[in-house]
Amino acid sequence: MILPERASDCETVKFINEVIRILEIYGTSYLRGAGYTLVFALLGTIAGCLIGFAVGIVQTIPTSERDPKIKRYIVGFVKTILRAYVEVFRGTPMIVQAVFIYYGGRYLGVTMDVYTASFFVVSINTGAYMAETVRGGILSIDPGQTEGCMAIGMTHFQTMLYVIFPQTLRNIIPQIGNNFIINIKDTSVLSIISFPDLFYVHKSVAGNMYTYFESATVVMAIYLTMTLISAKLLRLWESKLDGPDTFDLATTDTLAHTSGLYRFTHKRRGWTNERHT
Amino acid sequence: MSAILEIRHLSKAFGTNKVLKDIDFTVRSGDVTSIIGASGSGKSTLLRCINFLETPTSGEILFHGEDITGKNVNASAYRAKVGMVFQSFNLFNNMNVLGNCVIGQTKVLKKSPEEARENALKYLDKVGMAPYINAKPRQLSGGQKQRVAIARALAMEPEVLLFDEPTSSLDPELVGEVLDVMKTLASEGMTMIVVTHEMDFARDISSHVVFMEDGVICEEGSPADIFGNPKNARTKEFLARFMSR
Ligand SMILES: Nc1ncnc2c1ncn2[C@@H]1O[C@H](COP(=O)(O)OP(=O)(O)OP(=O)(O)O)[C@@H](O)[C@H]1O
Ligand SMILES: [Mg+2]
Repeated sequence: MILPERASDCETVKFINEVIRILEIYGTSYLRGAGYTLVFALLGTIAGCLIGFAVGIVQTIPTSERDPKIKRYIVGFVKTILRAYVEVFRGTPMIVQAVFIYYGGRYLGVTMDVYTASFFVVSINTGAYMAETVRGGILSIDPGQTEGCMAIGMTHFQTMLYVIFPQTLRNIIPQIGNNFIINIKDTSVLSIISFPDLFYVHKSVAGNMYTYFESATVVMAIYLTMTLISAKLLRLWESKLDGPDTFDLATTDTLAHTSGLYRFTHKRRGWTNERHT
Repeated sequence: MSAILEIRHLSKAFGTNKVLKDIDFTVRSGDVTSIIGASGSGKSTLLRCINFLETPTSGEILFHGEDITGKNVNASAYRAKVGMVFQSFNLFNNMNVLGNCVIGQTKVLKKSPEEARENALKYLDKVGMAPYINAKPRQLSGGQKQRVAIARALAMEPEVLLFDEPTSSLDPELVGEVLDVMKTLASEGMTMIVVTHEMDFARDISSHVVFMEDGVICEEGSPADIFGNPKNARTKEFLARFMSR
């Protein structure tokens, strides 16, 4: 037993002991909560991205006077609906949306369990943000890319799928990552409908043991670990999508698809070639 | 020889700005038509109307005698037969050189990947870019990008190839490599419409020259007529300005 010299040291030791105690008792609960947080943040982000891309593609459908009137009306109508969706879900807090959908669903006779409701709320919320990001991302791609596609006869859908989306995706990965990290943190508001995430575990532990500060410390550390690791993984994904800075010249018969002697290193401006044998 | 494209009374306005006024000309199989004229005279707009990147305000474009400006004409199918090479290359930045030349064949012409690849390599080889199949556009020089863009258009095996100032954004020492490719195509009988400021190319390579000013065709004829014996005062003035450089 170490004899504490000062009162604050005594407090520190007590604090550490408390933390160890709640970890011993509730360690697996914390982990399970963190698991829920991570899985739902991930699923919600993926679903949200799909929604965002779908909404983004519709919102950027071009209409010209050549199109039949009916088509223009339908496209205009759908765009208005989607616009409203984006504004409503960006303009209200997720915590209120959760309550509204979970209880409102019951009121309308659509009973959802907590998990379905939670997944739905996170996805639809992320989708609203991603829709704007995707729309901006699509608009920021050089119109020459679209013209290049049109000039070889690609349809709007093919243009989007094969040329515009891959480039948009690359450009908006930082925002996707941002949304994922926000979702890791913001799923905590779902505890209002008793979604058993990390924050919900914290509330129960703190309530049972009266260890608010200790439990909060543990939960802070877990959240931070999750967000830091996610940020790192996202950067790895980014650089993987960029591909290598160099390419190999196919020096022999190209039909045989071999790569050869020279490696071209691309510098910001101009390029050098150096032999590598 | 039969007419591939007939432009009839074509007009285009952006709002109240009339950019093309009653344009008429015909392109026959194997023709190399150069369109020359001052900046802002509507050359690009004409080319873009021909490829439907802009919708004409009025007039007709007949492709093999069939009007393609009608409402229920499939623009994509028509565009696949009329290739376009842009001043700014417009290569797909997310694909490598081979991918750029394959995608249209597999997705629009529905060729098998193997066939498309072989075909792409044939045309990349023709423009001297076959060794670069693995490079991304950002890793290429301007002249190389433009040669890939030509190969991409050729791989679709179009009936007509449109060029909008293909060498204007290139460094002077890279212009030659692109013009050489275009000369080869012309000598092989490719039907081409070329908007250009390269008067030597227009004079030596084309079979037909169109001079535009303020959205109208001022004069057209054989290169010998236009360059050797221009009739219109504005043509004379334009050429004098250009040739003195
Ligand atoms: N999308 C557009 N909206 C409005 N005006 C346009 C548009 N595109 C072109 N114009 C106008 O049409 C006119 C002709 O332009 P165009 O690009 O066809 O000229 P050009 O002969 O190709 O010139 P350059 O040699 O500089 O390329 C210009 O006055 C231009 O401002
Ligand atoms: Mg132009």
